[in-house]
Amino acid sequence: MAVDMRTFLAHVELANPITTAAGCAASGRELAQFFDLHRLGALATRSITMAPRAGRPTPRMAETPSGMLNAVGLQGPGIDAFLERELPWLAQRGIRTIVSIGGGTVAEYSELARRLADAPGVTALEVNLSCPNIEDRGRVFAREGSAAAEVIASVRSIMRYDVPVVAKLAPDVADIVAVARACVDAGADALSMINNPLGMAIDTEALRPSLAAVTGGLSGPAVLPIAVRCVWQVHAALPGVPLIGVGGVMTGADAFQLILAGACAVGVGTALFHDPYACLRIERELEDLLQTRGFQRLADAVGLAHRPPGSAPRHLLVDSEESSP
Amino acid sequence: MQVTGTVLTTRRVDAYHALTVVAPGIAERYRPGHFVSVAVGGAHTSMITRRALTVHDVKPDYGGTVELVFTVRGPGTAWLAERRARDTLDLVGPLGRPFPLPRDPVHCVLVGAEYGSAVLFPVADALMERGCRVDFLLGGASADRVFGAMRARRMAETTTLTTEDGSLGLRGKVADALPSVIADTRADAVYACGPMETLRAVTAVAIEFDIPVQVAVEESMACGIGVCMTCVIPVIGDDGATRMVRACAEGPVFRGERVRFEDVGTIPFDALGAPGGGARHAG
Repeated sequence: MAVDMRTFLAHVELANPITTAAGCAASGRELAQFFDLHRLGALATRSITMAPRAGRPTPRMAETPSGMLNAVGLQGPGIDAFLERELPWLAQRGIRTIVSIGGGTVAEYSELARRLADAPGVTALEVNLSCPNIEDRGRVFAREGSAAAEVIASVRSIMRYDVPVVAKLAPDVADIVAVARACVDAGADALSMINNPLGMAIDTEALRPSLAAVTGGLSGPAVLPIAVRCVWQVHAALPGVPLIGVGGVMTGADAFQLILAGACAVGVGTALFHDPYACLRIERELEDLLQTRGFQRLADAVGLAHRPPGSAPRHLLVDSEESSP
Repeated sequence: MQVTGTVLTTRRVDAYHALTVVAPGIAERYRPGHFVSVAVGGAHTSMITRRALTVHDVKPDYGGTVELVFTVRGPGTAWLAERRARDTLDLVGPLGRPFPLPRDPVHCVLVGAEYGSAVLFPVADALMERGCRVDFLLGGASADRVFGAMRARRMAETTTLTTEDGSLGLRGKVADALPSVIADTRADAVYACGPMETLRAVTAVAIEFDIPVQVAVEESMACGIGVCMTCVIPVIGDDGATRMVRACAEGPVFRGERVRFEDVGTIPFDALGAPGGGARHAG
């Protein structure tokens, strides 16, 4: 029997839990050359900013062991061009779209939310909190619970009630649970974690940093354990909050780890650079895994690893229930 | 499209490596200038970015083969160099925008430096099919790094070779020899592929002669399909505005005079969305 792969992001139903990770699917059209985007649970856009952004100078990428560093600098078309060209293209095709936004001030995030509030085709709004706060010496919002909460509260008050607001959290913080709680208290309907932790590589031939921007976001399988840890900690503290697990997912088993840790949806990012069909493959592998483990619904596996040690494996539990009179 | 190709033959071409891979879907759709990306390191590799490779030749044998040319620059290309016949490779392609070809039978100079020359041979085939006259100008640091000299001699009306150490042909770089080649062949257009510095110099010569120049850039890429945004270069659009465009999706072929070679590796202050200025001129 097929596994029921439906999942809920707050009250929004997704046909399956696999989404693209923000910033890893460009405008959507690039991946549409390879497969039908309707087969994704949702497509997350790159982080849209108010003005067009040219991003960082090159080199922007460096391969690292089981991962890569990137310093793209939110290159993107700006909100006007996004609303004119990119969002309608997705909306006309009925593709579930998580729009990611990025800004330098609370006012900028609010203005972006205002522009998106009436735009058709926004399934959910993801707030990229890993942007430098211009008003606070460039410290990123996600590092500071109060700064993150201020952004979320403002965006939540502007966005339509039926569009979930998702806070995207960074792992480079002393206490991710505190930031998560601040965002939820400020009105976040769901949380997405993790954004890239910061890393750095040095070119031993040029004797200089490999990236023009010196530091960059680390992604790929190298960061999966960090993502699992963050999802685990936040789910333990806030079990009722829907979590999108993101970070280094390359296989269905990786996605399954995040789901067992407490994620109800899984973002696939760097894997797309390696394999344009990664989302479909991971979804299929995840479904197979769930089926082999005796699950009928994905929802039954969410956070299951949190059950106390010594409790019986779930599929055995099902068997004993069925055999009992 | 993504295919699992089977390696048919491997060979060394001077300082470079060439792999012929059976990849029917890719061979069928290939146009000169396209590239392919290949996963390296096998199933459980720690190398997660694909390598973008130049296609040197496409043949209809075995349902369609592509010959890929590369040089060993790191562990990924070293792994590729160790592939043997019957090994399989994960290929995605054909990728990028191909070279535009002239409608009329014009005279074309094809300029290649290092293994960038490889991409010019399918271009030459296509041009000759259209009745164009083709002349080659190939160069490299030393004789073993001039790719395809023999094949060029067989195909082209004239072939000029340059090496920086003088070990083959003229001493110097391709751009140094280009003015006389253009003058001698009365060329109407230039096609070029090679390192950024070579393309900059070649474009400058073509502009001097006031003839169109099409360049295929070699920029490092992670995905090759336009999603990772790491291979951007500053290019002037039809509207006169400079944008940071992806070498993989908008390129790798550009009109030479549109590429701001001096500014590659920077964000020009007047680029669309540049920090502190360009953004204000948007729209």
